[in-house]
Amino acid sequence: MGNQNLIERTCKQTPFYDLCIWSLKSNPESRDASVKKLAQIMVDSLKTKATETLDLIDELLQDGLALDPEMQKALTSCAERYNVIIRGDVPEINEALKTGDYKFAAKGANDAAIEANSCEIEFPTKSPLTDMNKVVHDVSVVAASIVKIIQTKFSF
Amino acid sequence: MVDTRPFLPVSSHAGSDPTGPSENRRKPMKLQLSIFFVLLTVGFFAALLTSNNGSDNGFVKENEHGSLASPSSEKQLRPVSRGPAVGVSEKSNRLFAKDNENQLAYPWNNSMLSWQRTAFHFQPEKNWMNDPNGPLFYKGWYHFFYQYNPHAAVWGDIVWGHAVSKDLIHWLHLPLAMVADQWYDKNGVWTGSATILPDGKVVMLYTGSTTENVQVQNLAYPADHSDPLLINWVKYSGNPVLVPPPGILDKDFRDPTTAWLTSEGKWRITIGSKINKTGIALVYDTKDFIYYELLDGVLHAVPGTGMWECVDFFPVSKTEENGLDTSVNGPSVKHVVKASLDDDRHDYYSIGTYHEKNGTWIPDEPKIDVGIGLRYDYGIYYAAKTFYDQNKNRRVLWGWIGESDSEAADMQKGWASVQSIPRTILFDKKTGTHLLQWPVEEIESLRLKSYEFNQVKVQAGSVVPLDVGPATQLDIIAEFEIDKEALEKTTGSNVTFSCSSSGGTIERGALGPFGLLVLADDSLSEQTPVYFYIAKGSDGKLKTFFCNDQSRSSVASDVNKQIYGNLVPVLEGEKLSLRVLVDHSIVESFAQGGRTVITSRVYPTKAIYGAAKLFLFNNATEASVSASLRIWQMNSAFIRPYPNNKESQ
Repeated sequence: MGNQNLIERTCKQTPFYDLCIWSLKSNPESRDASVKKLAQIMVDSLKTKATETLDLIDELLQDGLALDPEMQKALTSCAERYNVIIRGDVPEINEALKTGDYKFAAKGANDAAIEANSCEIEFPTKSPLTDMNKVVHDVSVVAASIVKIIQTKFSF
Repeated sequence: MVDTRPFLPVSSHAGSDPTGPSENRRKPMKLQLSIFFVLLTVGFFAALLTSNNGSDNGFVKENEHGSLASPSSEKQLRPVSRGPAVGVSEKSNRLFAKDNENQLAYPWNNSMLSWQRTAFHFQPEKNWMNDPNGPLFYKGWYHFFYQYNPHAAVWGDIVWGHAVSKDLIHWLHLPLAMVADQWYDKNGVWTGSATILPDGKVVMLYTGSTTENVQVQNLAYPADHSDPLLINWVKYSGNPVLVPPPGILDKDFRDPTTAWLTSEGKWRITIGSKINKTGIALVYDTKDFIYYELLDGVLHAVPGTGMWECVDFFPVSKTEENGLDTSVNGPSVKHVVKASLDDDRHDYYSIGTYHEKNGTWIPDEPKIDVGIGLRYDYGIYYAAKTFYDQNKNRRVLWGWIGESDSEAADMQKGWASVQSIPRTILFDKKTGTHLLQWPVEEIESLRLKSYEFNQVKVQAGSVVPLDVGPATQLDIIAEFEIDKEALEKTTGSNVTFSCSSSGGTIERGALGPFGLLVLADDSLSEQTPVYFYIAKGSDGKLKTFFCNDQSRSSVASDVNKQIYGNLVPVLEGEKLSLRVLVDHSIVESFAQGGRTVITSRVYPTKAIYGAAKLFLFNNATEASVSASLRIWQMNSAFIRPYPNNKESQ
């Protein structure tokens, strides 16, 4: 209960308050967390969502011949982008948060949002990933906002 | 206000109704989702495309611009509506609209990506690089060290890379100089600087991130001082030599400078930090680089600037056209304090006076103090560091140039970041407030065939192609003269101009924009303008701005499209002068002899290889311009491993 205030104050400074609150409160580690820990929880959430999305992409790709070539191409490209989020952005953010060179955490989080969006615009017609891309994008944006709080207020 | 940080999807106001989140809390899920959907589109566009609507409307207007390709076209462009200051509602729905065929969604192909690699800028063979470290000249070689990730094309696992050159241009890669093999640098062998002692020996101070993620300072020195290549390094057995002092947090203590001598014969260094939101530079004195005393007070502090990274402190001569050893002081000397601001990822400098007795520094003009005034470079440029080159008696500046594309592209191409061409630094005697930066003269050794154009007239609203053959490796020197009558006759106005919040080159003024289009294809569907924009105030005074417009640099959607630039002082009797180095995906441009500098990363999909061209352009409404240019094709610098298999990375 005691950390409620910090979570709410932090999430108010992000553009997706509800998503921020939900992501943090659903993780028991947020209970006594510092702002830096809240950022780390958000990054874990990003990794989870990105992995789920990549799993979905892989499943869709397994439809193989049933897919039209444009859809196939878009999904393959999305898989690449999600690999970058999981194997590039997330480790970069985590190392930066751990060592305190926060601008690289911001860079990784911002890039994850770009990758999610770039995936979404791959689809010439209807995207099967809109909801998931949006979640990954928004979670990335929230993570970037929390990093900004750490950077520009007091060190944690 | 434009968010100048590339790709940050949200600024404090971007894309969202400020009261949105609290209202959403009470709305049902479906409505929430659609609100989020709108926020996503608006928020994302605010990030990628800045407030000027330039790039997307640029797509719409493409055909009109295309018509400018005919040299004598006088076609008037409609001014583009700039949209609301925070963004982008006019085109936000295009993010998910499938009808915009101009929006590129296909992935980068290898041909486009391999074109991006530079020919004569320093970069390792692969993977990620950031800050320049410990540059020095020693036993006939220029040494360059750098933050390097040996494993990936993103930041992480940082160690020290190393390369040598005879001329600051032709580099040879050497083995890693230092790796993370001690508890005190296990989590990062971070930035540091070299000091050359009076007996010629070298010491290196650098920041280590310990196993507990505390930032400490460590001493290292060459294993063999007689080795001109300085291949092997030894870390002092008693490291760390400095830990965060009381009042300074564990993660706010990094990037020690080159040391300079005090009048007492001690060595003095400064290290950037912060207290709450005030950026500061701590000062330490030492006799042996092992034991240090922290001075009371700080070298300088500026509230609101946040963490000062990569602080640099050095003297410049007010009178001579050469560099000064870091220890020089005297009445004809000014001192520069420079800091890299973590908060906005820009490098700022200020010129002032050093008070040796108490180790403090005061800016000449507090209004342009460190972090709130002048920048080395108004583009993508960070973590810069100078060194005194005793070989040629000059002060040389290195700067890290990151990527402004997506990390997916970086991972696909297998590398990220380059260094700027080293620049000489001089005090600008004419303004007294600026430094002048200029590419080191050795770069001229890369010049091949040259082309000369004299007094080319560029009418208002026209484009002139410059036939120079391949246009991806160029050194361009240009002078512009604007029609004097138009300068006088134009009515001034109160409207303030800034490069970053302007509409780019499609926003026409009476006296600008005009300049060069680099990395442009024939149809101008991709183009990177490097240009001047003259604004006349209602008092009749002229202000000149120097800008780089990336908004139409590429049709790809996942690259930075901001407009960079700043005011450039132009003094009575000066012509407008420009130097541009084009080297594939990097463009470095220098106005008025290096008084204002902009570096951009450019990632075209079409204006590559033989399809990249060069043009003059003048999009002013009232003034014609005449340009004289000398343009050279540039050779590659053939940067490669040091020729000895045993010793290459």
